[in-house]
Amino acid sequence: MNQRPLSPHLQIYKIQITSFLSILHRGTGIVLFLGSFLWVLWLISLSTSESSYATFQYYIFSPLGLLALLGWSFSFFYHLCNGIRHLFWDIGCGYEMPMVRFSGWVTVISAVLLTFFAWIFGFFWAGIWL
Amino acid sequence: MNFKSSLKKAIGLGSAKSGLHHWLMQRITAIALVPLSLWFVGLFIILITAPYQISYTFFSSTLNVALAILFIGATFYHGALGMQVIWEDYVHNARARWILIILTNFTSILLAILAILSILKMYIG
Repeated sequence: MNQRPLSPHLQIYKIQITSFLSILHRGTGIVLFLGSFLWVLWLISLSTSESSYATFQYYIFSPLGLLALLGWSFSFFYHLCNGIRHLFWDIGCGYEMPMVRFSGWVTVISAVLLTFFAWIFGFFWAGIWL
Repeated sequence: MNFKSSLKKAIGLGSAKSGLHHWLMQRITAIALVPLSLWFVGLFIILITAPYQISYTFFSSTLNVALAILFIGATFYHGALGMQVIWEDYVHNARARWILIILTNFTSILLAILAILSILKMYIG
């Protein structure tokens, strides 16, 4: 078994926008899986008591909590946009190389903008509640 | 002595197991998650800074609770399928791979049940 030749792996290839975004899709998927703890904890603390909810808010609005939310929110919007890109490929659209690169850039820019506007939206609501 | 026939040894080693169902469910949950996740993340952003009572009463609405449960189910189904592919691609030891996939599935189911029960508690309570 061990003598069989192996196909070249990730580190062999020169990084391009296509391969980078493909790796990023997996990476953000892992972040979202781990990050689901955040919103599940939100639901658990909310359903438990007002004081446990206050504890959750204390930690989530700490610098480390906000950093986790920032990483999680970008991962979410990137995985969403690139997921839609994948769905178009699944129905056979957008396979020409210039289009693949173009949709890649559209995905990255959309994800950054959506993350930015989501935080503006969050600060807007924080201003209303607090 | 190995009494297994050649066919018995070969069955199950190839790639053709339940790949189509896996592939299809990953896409179906992805399509469902486009609107569901946008809705959930939107409400999460709004409610995370809201006073306790306002967040709590959000889950007294039947429609909100139904959509939230759909989101939770689709998310953890999609997440477990995705993590399975990652383990299959990068973990070459068969036993370790199976253990990791099963642990991922258990974690997904546990988180989904915790989230759904929390929501139902607020809905009923």
